[in-house]
Amino acid sequence: MRGEFRALSRRRGGKVGEVVAALLVRLAAGVGLVSLVLLLAVVARDGIDRLSWDFLTSFPSRFADKAGIRSALLGSIWVVSLTALISLPVGIAAAVYLEEFAPRNRFTRLLEANINNLAGVPSIIYGLLGLALFVRAMELGRSILAGALTLSLLVLPTVIATAREGLRTVPPHIREAALALGATRWQAVWHQVLPPALAPMMTGVILALSRAMGETAPLITIGALLFVPFDPKGPFDSFTVLPIQIFNWVSRPQPGFHEAAAAGIIVLLGALLCLNALAVGIRMWAERRRHW
Amino acid sequence: MTMLPGPEVTAKRPPLFRRRLLLRAREALIIGLLFLCAAVSIMTTVGIVVVLVDEALGFFRSIPLKEFFTSLQWTPLFVEKRFGIWPLLNASFLIASLAMGVAVPVGLAAAVYLSEYASPRVRSVLKPLIEVLAGIPTVVFGYFAISFLAPEILQRFFGQETVFSALSASLAMAILLLPIVTSLSEDAMRAVPQDLREGAYALGASRWQVAVRVVMPAALSGIVAAVVLAMARAIGETMIVTIAAGNVPRLSFNPLDAMQALPAYIVQVSLGDVPAGSLEYQTIFGVGLALFVPTTLFNLAAIWLLHRFREVYE
Repeated sequence: MRGEFRALSRRRGGKVGEVVAALLVRLAAGVGLVSLVLLLAVVARDGIDRLSWDFLTSFPSRFADKAGIRSALLGSIWVVSLTALISLPVGIAAAVYLEEFAPRNRFTRLLEANINNLAGVPSIIYGLLGLALFVRAMELGRSILAGALTLSLLVLPTVIATAREGLRTVPPHIREAALALGATRWQAVWHQVLPPALAPMMTGVILALSRAMGETAPLITIGALLFVPFDPKGPFDSFTVLPIQIFNWVSRPQPGFHEAAAAGIIVLLGALLCLNALAVGIRMWAERRRHW
Repeated sequence: MTMLPGPEVTAKRPPLFRRRLLLRAREALIIGLLFLCAAVSIMTTVGIVVVLVDEALGFFRSIPLKEFFTSLQWTPLFVEKRFGIWPLLNASFLIASLAMGVAVPVGLAAAVYLSEYASPRVRSVLKPLIEVLAGIPTVVFGYFAISFLAPEILQRFFGQETVFSALSASLAMAILLLPIVTSLSEDAMRAVPQDLREGAYALGASRWQVAVRVVMPAALSGIVAAVVLAMARAIGETMIVTIAAGNVPRLSFNPLDAMQALPAYIVQVSLGDVPAGSLEYQTIFGVGLALFVPTTLFNLAAIWLLHRFREVYE
C-alpha cells in the first residue's frame, strides 16, 4: 500500500505526461467524429449532383446516367415491412416470456446465452441458413418472403433485447397491484405492463429494423437479384434492395456508376435518418405520457 | 321486481371452479405460445449448425480434410480446382487484425476520454455521435474505402498499386469497429464504482493515473469483452472486405495486396447462379463453417467475460 502511495505521489514531476495524455484521449475521441464527417462529406461530394426525382423513380439501367433506384427502394420497403410483421410479434412474445414468465433455471440461462450469441453471429451466416432453409427446403425461391424470413431471424436477438428493456421500464409495483387485485399473471402483463411498455419497445425495435434495412450480405446469399427492371408486387416476387443496388454499382469500374452508388447511399442514409427520428420521437412522446 | 339475477342468468355462467379451470388453461396456453417464440432462437442456432455441418460434410466427402488444411491455394472456381482454406483464412485474420490494431487503441483512448475526462454535457453529445457510425450500413464503408481511402490516401502516399487492398478494407473496418470498442468499454468503465476513483484521487493520483491504474484494471473483463466482440464482428464483416479488398484468393502478408476474405468468397459464389448440391454450392457452407466456428468462440468468450464483470459490480 505504502509503495503504491509513493508511486502515485511521484507523478508531480509528470505534469507534461499528464497534459500529453489528456490531449491524446481528446484526439482519439475526435477520430470517430472526423471519420463520420469525412464519410458523409465524401458521399455527398460524389452523389449530391446525381440525386433527382428521376433517380428515385427510374429502374436500373445499363447506362449510368439513366440508372435509378425505383425497384430497389420498393424492394427495401417490401422486405423491411415484412420483416417487421414477422419479427415484431415473435420477438416481443419471446421478450415477454423471458422477462415475465421464464422460471429462473438452467434452461432459461441457456436460452439467454443463446440469444446473446446469436446477436454476434455474422450476418452472412444467416444468409446461408436462409438459403438452405427458406429458399431450398421450404421452396420459397429467391422471393421477398424468403428474404424477410432470413432478416427476421437476423434481427430477432436485437428485437428481443430491446423489447426486454422496454418491459423493464414498467416498475414492478404495477404488476404487483394487478396481481393483488386478482388478475392472473397474463392478465397483469396484457392489461397493465404491455400498454405502457409498448412505446419504449418500439424505439428499440425501429432501430433493429433500420439494421435490417442496411443489410446486404445475407440477401445476396439467399439470391436477391442484382438487376430488377420491374416493380415487386407481392411477397413471392423476386427482388433487390437498396444496399444491394448500391453494392452492384460500387463494384462496377465506370465512374458514372460510382456517382449513382453515392446518390443511392444518400437515399439510404436519409431513410435510416427518418427511421431514427421516428424512434426518438416515439421515445419523447412516451416519456411525456408516462405517469409514474 | 327483485334485483337478484334470475335463474336464466346464473345458468349461463359456469360454476366458479370451471371458470378458474378455463382461465388457468388459457393462461397455460398463452405461456406455452410465448415460450415457443422464445424457442425460435434455439431452433435458429440448431438450424445454423445443422445446415453448415450437413453441407460441409458433403463438401468434405469430395475434398479431403488434408487438402483443405494443407493446400496453399484456393481456386474452386477455376478449371484446376484447389481447396486450401489458408488464403481466405489468412486474408480474414490479416484484415481483422490490422483493423483491430487501429480501432482498439483509438477506441479505448476515446472511451477513457468519455468516461474519465469529458464533462457530462460533452459526453452526452459525443457518445451518440460516435455511435452513429455503428448504425451506418456496411456497404457505405466499402464505398468509402474504394472511393476515398484507397485512391486518395493509399495509392497516393503508400504506393498501393490497384484500388483493392487488404489495408484499405482494414482502415474502413477500423472506423466501423471504433464505436463498438468505444461504446462497450466506456460502459464498462462507467460501471466502476465512484468510490474507487475518489479513493485514488484522495491519495493524490492524477486523472490519467486514475484512468489507467484504477478504472481500467477494475473494468478489465468488460474491456476485454468489448475487444473480443469487435474481433468477432471484424472477422464476420462481409461487405467491406468484398468491396474493398478485391476478390483475389492470394496467400500474402503484404497489406497493400488485394486478397479475398472468407465472407467475400461466399458473396462471390452467391452472385453467380450455383445449382444446389454442386461442389461450388457446398464450398460456401464449408467456408461458412470456417467463419462460424471462430466468431462463435469469440462471442462465447465475450459473454462469459461480461457475465463475470456483472457479478463483480452489479
